[in-house]
Amino acid sequence: MKLYCLSGHPTLPCNVLKFKSTTIMLDCGLDMTSVLNFIPLPLVHSSRLSTLPSWIMKDGNTILEKGFKDCAGRVFIDSLPEFCLPEKELLDLSTVDVILISNYHCMMALPYITEHTGFTGTVYTTEPTLQIARLLMEELVHFIERVPKDQSAVYWKSKEMWRLLPSSLKDAVDVTTWKPCYNIQDVNAALSKVQLVGYSQKIELFGAVQITPLSSGYSLGSCNWIIQSHYEKVSCVSGSSLLTTHPQPMEQSSLKNSDVLILTGLTQIPTANPDGMLGEFCSNLAMTIRSGGNVLVPCYPSGVVYDLLECLYQFIDSASLNSTPFYFISPVANSSLEFSQIFAEWLCQSKQSKVYLPEPPFPHAELIQTNKLKHYSSVYGDFSNDFKQPCVVFTGHPSLRFGDVVHFMELWGKSSLNTIIFTEPDFSYVDALAPFQPLAMKCVYCPIDTRLNFIQVNKLLKELQPLHLVCPEQYTQPPPSQVHRSDLMLDVQMPLMAYKRCSVLTLPFRRSFERIEILPQLADSLMPIEMKPGVSVATISATLHSKDNKHVLQPPLKTMVPPLSKKRKRVIEESTELKAPKPLLSGTIPVELFLATLHKNGITEVKMEDTSEGHILHLQEEDTLIQLEDDSTHIICDNNESLRSTLRDLVLRFLQKL
Amino acid sequence: MPEIKVTPLGAGQDVGRSCILVSIGGKNVMLDCGMHMGFNDDRRFPDFSYITQNGRLTEFLDCVIVSHFHLDHCGALPYMSEMVGYDGPIYMTHPTKAICPILLEDFRKITVDKKGETNFFTSQMIKDCMKKVTAVNLHQTVQVDDELEIKAYYAGHVLGAAMFQIKVGAESVVYTGDYNMTPDRHLGAAWIDKCRPDIVISESTYATTIRDSKRCRERDFLKKVHETVERGGKVLIPVFALGRAQELCILLETFWERMNLKAPIYFSTGLTEKANHYYKLFITWTNQKIRKTFVQRNMFEFKHIKPFDRSYTDNPGPMVVFATPGMLHAGQSLQIFKKWAGNDKNMVILPGYCVQGTVGYKILNGQRKLEMEGRNTLEVKMQVEYMSFSAHADAKGIMQLIRMAEPRNVLLVHGEAKKMEFLKQKIEQEFSVNCYMPANGETTTITTNPNIPVDISLSLLKRESVPGALPDPKKPRIMHGTLIMKDNSLRLVSSEQALKELGLVEHHLRFTCRVHIQDPHSEQDTLNKIYSHLKTVLKDSSIQHLPDGTLMVESILIKVSTASEDPSTKILLVSWTYQDEELGSYLSTLLRKGLPSS
Repeated sequence: MKLYCLSGHPTLPCNVLKFKSTTIMLDCGLDMTSVLNFIPLPLVHSSRLSTLPSWIMKDGNTILEKGFKDCAGRVFIDSLPEFCLPEKELLDLSTVDVILISNYHCMMALPYITEHTGFTGTVYTTEPTLQIARLLMEELVHFIERVPKDQSAVYWKSKEMWRLLPSSLKDAVDVTTWKPCYNIQDVNAALSKVQLVGYSQKIELFGAVQITPLSSGYSLGSCNWIIQSHYEKVSCVSGSSLLTTHPQPMEQSSLKNSDVLILTGLTQIPTANPDGMLGEFCSNLAMTIRSGGNVLVPCYPSGVVYDLLECLYQFIDSASLNSTPFYFISPVANSSLEFSQIFAEWLCQSKQSKVYLPEPPFPHAELIQTNKLKHYSSVYGDFSNDFKQPCVVFTGHPSLRFGDVVHFMELWGKSSLNTIIFTEPDFSYVDALAPFQPLAMKCVYCPIDTRLNFIQVNKLLKELQPLHLVCPEQYTQPPPSQVHRSDLMLDVQMPLMAYKRCSVLTLPFRRSFERIEILPQLADSLMPIEMKPGVSVATISATLHSKDNKHVLQPPLKTMVPPLSKKRKRVIEESTELKAPKPLLSGTIPVELFLATLHKNGITEVKMEDTSEGHILHLQEEDTLIQLEDDSTHIICDNNESLRSTLRDLVLRFLQKL
Repeated sequence: MPEIKVTPLGAGQDVGRSCILVSIGGKNVMLDCGMHMGFNDDRRFPDFSYITQNGRLTEFLDCVIVSHFHLDHCGALPYMSEMVGYDGPIYMTHPTKAICPILLEDFRKITVDKKGETNFFTSQMIKDCMKKVTAVNLHQTVQVDDELEIKAYYAGHVLGAAMFQIKVGAESVVYTGDYNMTPDRHLGAAWIDKCRPDIVISESTYATTIRDSKRCRERDFLKKVHETVERGGKVLIPVFALGRAQELCILLETFWERMNLKAPIYFSTGLTEKANHYYKLFITWTNQKIRKTFVQRNMFEFKHIKPFDRSYTDNPGPMVVFATPGMLHAGQSLQIFKKWAGNDKNMVILPGYCVQGTVGYKILNGQRKLEMEGRNTLEVKMQVEYMSFSAHADAKGIMQLIRMAEPRNVLLVHGEAKKMEFLKQKIEQEFSVNCYMPANGETTTITTNPNIPVDISLSLLKRESVPGALPDPKKPRIMHGTLIMKDNSLRLVSSEQALKELGLVEHHLRFTCRVHIQDPHSEQDTLNKIYSHLKTVLKDSSIQHLPDGTLMVESILIKVSTASEDPSTKILLVSWTYQDEELGSYLSTLLRKGLPSS
């Protein structure tokens, strides 16, 4: 059993498990941090961005220089942003049978994996994950495609230039594997390969393994996967949360008794407490509005934004923000808000019981109804008419490289009254802001990452007790920025295997058993012998039928009557092949009893001789020797087949047969 | 022999008060717990005393499963759990769990508040009953206990309707509840995988009907409504608040829109809006088309359909009214019916099945003079139309479901005996499986013969499956091994491993035969002769010379020595173990016949 690790990003994993003749891909996360190296894509022409100076290299390579811009000492690629894909060369992706998705963030590389690679398998995930992933992908494609950009940077990816690149790019994962965004056709094609599953549904793969998604508590429809056969169990814990937010709580007990637990997707901000961050978010927001400034919240169109809106719903009155407009701008804003209301089955208990009333589970329905929250597909059109300041704007993309957020950065960045509040934990806010420097706008960093922190995961692993643990190498040491914080790493008893991008791990499994079924007719024909109290054995000779990795034992075929033909010999041979082999023997022959038996069968003249190991019986009349020892019997006789078979049968009487 | 027992307490050769007991693998499961619309006495509820004469049911049932929210499937639930007494788990889907208590409360109000019956369940009992309910998702495998698991499949029919698979070990039963195999305007079609259950328990409401296309029926319906409205008549459509009502509303709404009609459409009782809310929030349970477009346009927000007020009954002019309940047996629909029945311009359209004993049933069967309470008779002059809109599978659909699931037996419930008989024959003919149709209280026993799961050592499985070359998957292979039975575990291992595990020492049994042959040549020559002789006789066996001058045939050793007294006589020592008995005995006999003189 092997694990191929195609991504080095701990929260956006992409591992491939080879298990019992199946090849299973676990998640296909897309590392988007690469886009931070690119110049932002403004919605309207930005004179500031377009007049940024070119990057001056020490040795003055002008061809390369043209493709880079310099902003406040940082270098950016002047081109459409590109993403860091999972490794495609480590194994042939067309051999992947199934892809299991744990949550919509870990699905963003799917079109790269399923399209143009020869992939012919099935993707399994839950309905909310599929719907929201579709929204995220549509938004991404929309953001990138609506601002056509001429490709000024062309040469930066060529090998010769590599050593000349700025250090931020040189340190990054192999830039030659970076790829531009997929298009909407690829998204549709990829998502059409999805097969929907429900929590705790047992799905058979090729009769060989069973997979089961379990609620992971992180986002709508997010799940951990169990991959098991009758004897082995692998649990994949990816992006789980123990906090009470909107999704159904994490199912833990089914993860017990795993042989291997693959752990990915822990919190990216282990030092921040999500509840505290939420409080800070509200107070900073209120403060800015009160002083007449605007608040910009870069966010994804689904996920934490629901919690932020719910938090504001409770906060608006007490902070007297009743007249402040809240805008949610995304090409999929409406869909996201609507979709969130129809997944009752996937929500936490309190939200479920609201649906039973029947009321919408999320209070943003009320915010929309009372006109406090308005959603728009972009800053164009209706929004520009309705737009009133001071206001709060939720919009994407959190990287600040594309999407409507770029427009607001250009618009509000120069005023110190305004505030940008970072809540999404995926991008470093310093890097995100770099191409907008110098900025006058206030910046607040309240990352909300509800995934497991180290205290929670260490406790969880102590309860689950997997025999082996597999995790990204980042979790085996404190974060590089806080080397002394030994509490910010895994602390577990079980053997641990760490991986990085392109690792191939051999998982410590020794399979020794397989499930087989016996037909009742065959079972009836068995003759069990009790060997010890409570232990019986029976010898089986049967025909084995194997189909779709299922094995069934049926009663052996009756030996065919050999047809009279020239090929008689062959037929005889075939029929002997069908006969059961002789059983193994066990036990010791009691000499006295054996002698008595010989007597009964008319063999009377027996001379017995003791040896160091046993006895030698000499049947004088027949000139036959029988050597009897504790665990062996040797019959030496002359040309007397009938005597030999009699003796054989007598000996067998005293032995157990297996 | 393991067996599965099925006993209908209700819905056996009947429609109404569905309640079926299943015993499988030592577990007892109650499927549905409904009431009968046609009765107002004890026969209204299933006869739970069948399960036990004295008291509570908890210890006799492992779980109760409710397929959907129609009262003939869940109407007796609070009575069973709170008045008879049951504290175990009750399973239903989320929409059913949401809607079921509302309909129960409605039913209770009509029965207690309007008809003044006592000894009926109370609102509190409905609440307490619902607390015992666990909601399940589609396809989720719910482990009721270590052995019993259940799984829900989409059934169409009404919002949240499900079919359930009940499984213990290798044995399983599928209960369809009510289902619909063709998608309609608001719901999808039932679906199940090829799960090969021992029994499918199927409804058979429309056992003998093969319905024409839905489109024709819809056109017919719209035509009739339109005509009546055009001539100034009133149309009464008795419906149940959830289900058909929404489908017909969507139909009329789009028709009104297209034809630009002005006659008002009303929907009775406050339930409507609430009901539509449920459809909006559980949109994932509706059909593909509605789910796809719901963000842009929610099909359950109606423009033309307004809430009804009792005072509108006497308004002049045409109107269309949807009123509950659907079988005209009580409530608002019956009240409106009484007022409008006398006018031949008016029309009542019954879009669903009516149970025997209800007013709906009577007028559908041509009765035009009805005896009402207080010895009044009501003369029905209005037109009576029946349109089969109820979302049950027709004969074709039932056959289709059986084809999908591939059961070993079929059991029919929820239908009329005569019709069932017809379908039973058809099923037995087409699928050559047994088909049963027990009456209420009658037990059907089916013996199952499940395979026995055993753990086989991988080395044994692999050894047998690769005999040298690649195995031929079409040719069954022979497998020999030893089955060890210990502490309820069954393991199949090779005999050698079995010996080892049992702590036994192998006893070697060996035979050596002395064979005298006449051969004047040297020992080596004799050996070579034997070699070539055996080579021609045993074509497929491995024969080889060993360095110490012995010949090995498979694992049988042959040694040649010269007799001391006569150099032309050679003594062959043929030696084999008991495991090679066949070949050893064959060889010694063969050699005894001497070597061919070549």
